[in-house]
Amino acid sequence: MIDIDNVTKVFGAGDAAFTALSEVSVTIAENEFFTLLGPSGCGKTTLLRLIAGFEPPTAGAIRLGGRDITRLPPNQRPVNTVFQSYALFPHMSVAQNIAFGLEMLGKPKAEVKSTVDDMLRLVRMEAMRDRRTSEISGGQQQRVALARALAPHPEVLLLDEPLSALDLKLRKEMQIELKRLQSETGITFVFVTHDQEEALTMSDRVAVMSAGEILQVGPPRDIYERPAERFVANFIGESNFLNADLAGDSVTLAAGGTFPVRRPDGVRDGKVSVLVRPEHITLGGAGDTLRSTIENVVYSGEATVAHMVLPTGEPIKARLSNAPQGDGALPGAGSQVTIGLAPGAITVLRD
Amino acid sequence: MVDTAPTTTPAEQRAAKRHPGRAPKGYSMRTLPGFSVIALFTMIVLYAPIMILVIYSFNEGTSLAIWEGFSLRWYRQAAANEAVQDAAIRSLYLAFIASSIGTVAATMAALATTRTRRFPGKTMIYALINQPLMVPEIVTAVALLIVFATIKVWTGHTSMIYLIVAHTAFCIPFAYLPIRARLETMDMSLETAARDLYASPWLTFRKVTLPLMWPGIVAGLMLAFVISLDTVVITEFVKSAGQETLPTYMLGQLRRVVTPEVNAISTVILAAGAILVALFFRLTQRKG
Amino acid sequence: MAETGGYLPGALEAEAEKADTRNRWLLSLPAVIIIICFAAGPLLVMVLYSFLTPGDYGNVKWEFSLEGWMNTIVQRDIFDDTLMWADAHISIFWRSFSLSVITTVLTLIFGLPTAWFIATQPPGRRELWLFLVTVPFWSNLLVRTIAIQELIRNEGVINLVLLKLGVIDAPIQMMFTDFAIGFGMTYVYLPLMVLPIYAAVDKLDFRLVEAAHDLYASRWTAFRRVILPLIKPGIIAGSILVFIPSLGAYVTPRVLGGGKNLMFGNLIELQFGAGRNWPLGAALSLMLMTAVMIALIYYVRVTSRDRADG
Ligand SMILES: Nc1ncnc2c1ncn2[C@@H]1O[C@H](COP(=O)(O)OP(=O)(O)OP(=O)(O)O)[C@@H](O)[C@H]1O
Ligand SMILES: [Mg+2]
Repeated sequence: MIDIDNVTKVFGAGDAAFTALSEVSVTIAENEFFTLLGPSGCGKTTLLRLIAGFEPPTAGAIRLGGRDITRLPPNQRPVNTVFQSYALFPHMSVAQNIAFGLEMLGKPKAEVKSTVDDMLRLVRMEAMRDRRTSEISGGQQQRVALARALAPHPEVLLLDEPLSALDLKLRKEMQIELKRLQSETGITFVFVTHDQEEALTMSDRVAVMSAGEILQVGPPRDIYERPAERFVANFIGESNFLNADLAGDSVTLAAGGTFPVRRPDGVRDGKVSVLVRPEHITLGGAGDTLRSTIENVVYSGEATVAHMVLPTGEPIKARLSNAPQGDGALPGAGSQVTIGLAPGAITVLRD
Repeated sequence: MVDTAPTTTPAEQRAAKRHPGRAPKGYSMRTLPGFSVIALFTMIVLYAPIMILVIYSFNEGTSLAIWEGFSLRWYRQAAANEAVQDAAIRSLYLAFIASSIGTVAATMAALATTRTRRFPGKTMIYALINQPLMVPEIVTAVALLIVFATIKVWTGHTSMIYLIVAHTAFCIPFAYLPIRARLETMDMSLETAARDLYASPWLTFRKVTLPLMWPGIVAGLMLAFVISLDTVVITEFVKSAGQETLPTYMLGQLRRVVTPEVNAISTVILAAGAILVALFFRLTQRKG
Repeated sequence: MAETGGYLPGALEAEAEKADTRNRWLLSLPAVIIIICFAAGPLLVMVLYSFLTPGDYGNVKWEFSLEGWMNTIVQRDIFDDTLMWADAHISIFWRSFSLSVITTVLTLIFGLPTAWFIATQPPGRRELWLFLVTVPFWSNLLVRTIAIQELIRNEGVINLVLLKLGVIDAPIQMMFTDFAIGFGMTYVYLPLMVLPIYAAVDKLDFRLVEAAHDLYASRWTAFRRVILPLIKPGIIAGSILVFIPSLGAYVTPRVLGGGKNLMFGNLIELQFGAGRNWPLGAALSLMLMTAVMIALIYYVRVTSRDRADG
């Protein structure tokens, strides 16, 4: 559907030049809920602006359904954007905002009206149709922005951190609503966020970006459980990084113990770093092979986190679910415990 | 913006404890001794001469200082005076045309020079637009006199066109100021959104940019209008025979015996200006 | 990540940028042309005229001459062609300069407290006061000058009241004096002093004044050591904004100074009227413009430094 082909974007020139995207290539499928995830300044907005046509790429091409749209002005691309700041027209009512794109497309009056009504219903804003955009709440503005972008029924909807201005509760509601809208309309969504949980819960696929590059693309489960690089692992979820030796299909941890692993492509035998998620660690099991010393124990509601050190001096933490009304009595600081790893808990990293 | 401070701040209370006798009641760091008195005196001085002028425009007698009772005599006389009528109409006509053309040109220039990267020539355009503000009016006036006198001799053409172009050029920087200020507060993403929603550049301008910058344009127009109405030096040097405007007419009258007729005309000019300025204030102060 | 990897600007970007620059120029063109033709351009013509010979009935003869520039400060004796200082001009320059300085000082003395007073009013009332100061600023300069004239003329309100009260026996001659010009200019240019100082006081962080008091500064010391340095940029801006139009004033000295007490602007006018010496008038105009430019450049440097500081 959308082909981003070797796209580079450089802002400025000479000494002030800054590469916001460097040779990014990715293909987004039809009907997909595709999320760009990455730290601030990594180029997410820039990529969206290139797809929307607000900015020409320095090099590379963008295709939509096989057609090269690199040179097309934004008003001729069947792509709509939900802006981070919403960018609702302050001099128009809610309904006029939603009607804007349809009017620009020269749709007949009756069709505009019925589509606007549909959209208002879709985002549950029927009661607000004649309000000024300054007279509605942030969450409502967000929904109007969404309705306005959806009304012309674009092939692709670009959403730039649309939920970042909302409070937690509203945010959760809107996440569900967005997902519902996407499956109801069948439009391809390209969604930007730097909230990893949002990315994991909503997306069909996630692209993790850093410093103008896409590091890994894949379904949420892959990204979380099989991060290719240390950056990805670190950016998503909590991580323990341990030194190990890779030999064939198993690794031997520096701290002891040999475990079977899935060997990623392009990693040679020898010293590697491996990832172990804290929630995949158990303490004091019968068959445990690793020993460690507890440094401190932190209670955090649904779980308790034990910070420990391995005999090699490597820090490691375990996240243990709290049992109902359990006394949760973990041994105190300084005590020795054994550590167990769930099967498949070890992921070999490519770096 | 400025915090509404409580009547006494902790610092003040501490100071009061430290120097019991010295901290006066209602001590506030915002008032400095004597400042309020000078300020009020200044405000009175600022308005007293204008008030006196306005009051004596309603004087029954000929004196500019002895009150002989209320009357609209001088207004009637001014209104019936053909020279005044003529000058008033010419002033309005000139201000209307010059401020309209000036505002259109200033609006276009403001669109070109705001919210942009540094493009080649930007500084030059900016300097040129503000140039009439940076040169004393008398200098602009005699420079125009030199050029126009020659053109008038060559062509024998002496219509209002000279006044119109001179006033237009002078109006442009004044119209430009509020329009530029308005544009700079405007969110670029609104226009981006319009483009995203299939509006062509022209429709984006008509449906989004123009309605949003409209208050700035109206403010600019009013400012330019007031400036054109006020301008006396340039008019005095550029006008051909028989092209008096209200200010040059009054300047000419001052050489003769002054009657309250001048006060009556002045009062009307002041009132018109004050109304326009009040509207201007409303348009520019209101946010959003 | 800031490495560019040696990318040349993309063809599309270059194209878009070129089109953008061209459009911006096209949009600016009407304003630029009008101003070049009817404001900036004539100034260049004036430079040319300042090097020509005066015509017999005004205008010029197209012969090169430096007399125009020389005549600004020296004059040739009619009989023996010796050069001597043009005392009349020099006294007019001096009057222009000194009256402008006096006007600046007077507007500062009255304007600073006024600006302070307005800026320290509660928000609602502040806007009203500001409006009241701004209205005279935009109202007709000639009308305001006429208002002053009617106040101070021999048959004016001030003399009338003083006579009635028996303070004086005969009217005080105030019109057509340097005093009248200074008073009039102070009056008409006062708002130009108040507004920038107001802006500076409005920005002032009053916690700094509190801190000064907390550190045992008296009111006067706090004013001198803390407030004054902080609002200095506003004071300089106001002073320049008053000084520049005072130096180039024409209407106020013409109405209040009469034919004798000329200022720079009136001297220029004279050369295009009775004096019939256009090259001299052009040279004088350029002198005045240069003086104003120097003040303006100083102003721009001070204010841009202020902006850079925060
Ligand atoms: N018009 C521009 N000119 C110069 N540099 C720019 C421009 N737009 C973006 N950049 C730079 O490009 C980089 C990527 O910006 P971008 O807005 O794409 O980041 P982002 O990933 O959306 O970040 P955030 O999560 O903070 O929104 C940033 O370092 C930014 O400073
Ligand atoms: Mg962004």
